Amino acid sequence: MSNLISFTDKGLYCQAGNFYIDPWVPVEKAVITHGHSDHARFGNQFYLCHTFTKPILQLRLGNNNYQTVEWNESIFMNGVKISFHPAGHIIGSSQIRVEYHNEVWVVSGDYKSEDDGISGEFEPLKCNVFITESTFGLPIFKWKPQQQIYSDIINWISRNKENGKASILIAYSLGKAQRVLQALKETTQTIFAHGAVYNMQQALIDAGWKLNPVVKITPETPKELLKETVVIAPPGAEGTLWMRKFYPYSIGVCSGWMQVRGNARRRNVDAGFALSDHADWNALLTTVKETGAEKVFVTHGFQAAFSRYVTEKNIAVSAEVKTQFGDEDEEANWSPEINNEEPENV
Amino acid sequence: MNVPANIENKNGLQLFAGLVNEISSSTKTNDKLQSLVNYFAVAPDADKVWVIAIFSGRRPRRAVNLKLMREWCLEMVQIPDWLFTECHHTVGDFSETLALLLAGTEIIQHENQNLSNYLEKLISIEKEDESIKKKFIVESWRQMNMQEKFVFNKLITGSFRIGISQKTIVNALAKVIEHSPSVLAHRISGNWDPLTTSFNELLSESIAVTDFSKPYPFYLAYAIDHDVENLGEPQLWQAEWKWDGIRGQMIKRNNELFVWSRGEELITDKFPEYFILKDLLPDGVVLDGEIIPAIDGKPLSFSVLQTRIGRKNISKKQLQEAPICFFAYDLLEYNFEDWREKPLVQRRKKLEEIISSFEHKSIQLSEKINFDSWNELAEIRKESRNKNSEGIMLKRKDSTYKVGRKRGDWWKWKIDPLIIDCVMVYAQKGSGRRSNLYTDYTFAVKDGDELITFTKAYSGLTDKEFAQIDHFVKRNSLEKFGPVRTVKPELVFEIAFEGIAASNRHKSGVALRFPRMNRWRKDKTVDEINTLDDLKEMLRAYGK
Repeated sequence: MSNLISFTDKGLYCQAGNFYIDPWVPVEKAVITHGHSDHARFGNQFYLCHTFTKPILQLRLGNNNYQTVEWNESIFMNGVKISFHPAGHIIGSSQIRVEYHNEVWVVSGDYKSEDDGISGEFEPLKCNVFITESTFGLPIFKWKPQQQIYSDIINWISRNKENGKASILIAYSLGKAQRVLQALKETTQTIFAHGAVYNMQQALIDAGWKLNPVVKITPETPKELLKETVVIAPPGAEGTLWMRKFYPYSIGVCSGWMQVRGNARRRNVDAGFALSDHADWNALLTTVKETGAEKVFVTHGFQAAFSRYVTEKNIAVSAEVKTQFGDEDEEANWSPEINNEEPENV
Repeated sequence: MNVPANIENKNGLQLFAGLVNEISSSTKTNDKLQSLVNYFAVAPDADKVWVIAIFSGRRPRRAVNLKLMREWCLEMVQIPDWLFTECHHTVGDFSETLALLLAGTEIIQHENQNLSNYLEKLISIEKEDESIKKKFIVESWRQMNMQEKFVFNKLITGSFRIGISQKTIVNALAKVIEHSPSVLAHRISGNWDPLTTSFNELLSESIAVTDFSKPYPFYLAYAIDHDVENLGEPQLWQAEWKWDGIRGQMIKRNNELFVWSRGEELITDKFPEYFILKDLLPDGVVLDGEIIPAIDGKPLSFSVLQTRIGRKNISKKQLQEAPICFFAYDLLEYNFEDWREKPLVQRRKKLEEIISSFEHKSIQLSEKINFDSWNELAEIRKESRNKNSEGIMLKRKDSTYKVGRKRGDWWKWKIDPLIIDCVMVYAQKGSGRRSNLYTDYTFAVKDGDELITFTKAYSGLTDKEFAQIDHFVKRNSLEKFGPVRTVKPELVFEIAFEGIAASNRHKSGVALRFPRMNRWRKDKTVDEINTLDDLKEMLRAYGK
């Protein structure tokens, strides 16, 4: 019997339904978990995605043949039943549930179980086979509750103010930036943003999201206005001349990788906040158990270690799978050549 | 001063954890200095003594071994051993791995403890049973937050590599107690025990008198970064060979002999060849020089010295094959008087007098090089490698003996390194700021159709290049457990090194001195790299 979803060189493929999930080369039909560029790529003839994901794809990929669905709404392709369910990773991010001949497979995409208030509330889905990410699939990754990290960020900002410094928060424009803005919701001050962050935020607001607006920094923005302020910038801006405008400043990076001191030190940042949009070790394990899956495929991240542990502990039969999902958001070793961040002032 | 508002609520260990965190996340020397100044202003005196001790290489002996700590941690968090190993490779630091894994095991109310309490306790249990050690460590873990656990583990297991030199400590102390750095550097050097020395004793005038083993801080030179012609008239300068040994200070006071390394380690006992000098040198004398193996006055290569470093017991054979000599080049104290402010010519003259007053194979003058023009010296410099020298030292004849690394009066003029093109074949994750990043590589040269590994190298590339190579490694290697990845042989590098010696420990038959990546040769393919024969030719030409 062939698998409902197979791992091909183009991506995760459902032969019965003749569609791919997050393919990495152009295909006829693509089902998209979320808008990050390693999951949603150019050139597919047809895109099926969640309603919230469409404006993001439009901003990043332009106009294409998009079809949208709501969470828990079933649609059929060649008799295969497909439905989207909240993954809690970023706005619109979804797990894809695929059902055919009484067999259920779930592709997690990227996910986190803590509810951030904007990305939907993650729910584990009962299934026979679960394909999970494992970006932070080692027991050294255990997140603090987000409220605690949010107050760490806010305390850091006020300390910087006392020292006459601006606070530059490095956060990826899609996902992490909105999360950081959630953290700053209570503060009344104006938040400034790099063009890439501003464009994404604006696209989401235009799509009907009630998000705090940010002020775009342009070459004309006077330096005096930026003194001791809070600025959100994407990783691509880190270390560039663009940052000179805010001097004196302190840089804080928001990423799960900041859990490990070496990563923060390597990036020469002043503060690291282990704020992640991915499930931590405990959340990954809990999720795998709650799906009740007898077979678990583990993709991008620490797949070898996580799948070995899942098998050894008799939680499920597990295997690692190679995919081309890097992680554009929480890449441990970010480099502008490798990760395509948007141009600076779009 | 910038003191955090809630400082009075913190105990000594928390203050120290905060210090370590601040310093490791700051990249500017001045910020680090300020953090230390703030710390010295508020920390308990006993803790300050320990901080000075720790950052000047006086850590207590390891009371608990790593294997046990690992076992206890596994027991507490219920994970298999192999998973610990995976975590360790990713974190790149044992203490931090423990702290991260143990997050969430805190159950006991925090006892108000200072750094000194923990260290004293650690020293006191050194000889105790495993069960007593376990009880102390586990209970301590249970009352500490993640950052405290990290520094606690570090205190037991290893050094804090967070960019605090003894110099930084000295400068911070100088600010806090308003004294000159050179006096303080002298005071905190030497042989003192943090367990029995109070902060006041350590920094009081009287201690310098009673501790006659104290070395002077070393004067270090920068590599010359401009044309030697710019140094002015050649006759203003003294030139010497730059030796590739261990920089050392030899002290004879009160009829006792002390030898200190540049790392301010007392190493007298490691070199029995020097014992006789206690009877030969005049009393009240301090010499600066190089600790180096030599036969008939000719220095041997560093690989010979390596057979002596770290050995507790030295065999008769080693004493014969690697006899250690002291190549003296400066005089810092004469007749119990500090001579550092006198000009070099005067110091040198007196040094020559002292050394020529007796003869012994364990000590000799480091010869001066006679030259009339910079061109002539440049020619002489080409002989460096044959002399087992790294190049030339240039010292102004009127220079005083300064403290630490200073520009202007002393310069190193090193020879150009040897280079070879090779291909990367294995990669391993680094540690510290390179954790979870493939930065440690093994390289190979060609031998017919085969690739023969011959060296590892870790440094010389920019962070950006490391990130690119890391990306390549992750996509061009066999996924497997453990730290080492076999990589598709594709990336070509130019490796620079200071010397080459025959070695039967390596398949290639050679061992390199100070190998590092000089350039990433993106313009070259693996067909264009050097061969094993090229390497052997270098061994014939330069190997000793």
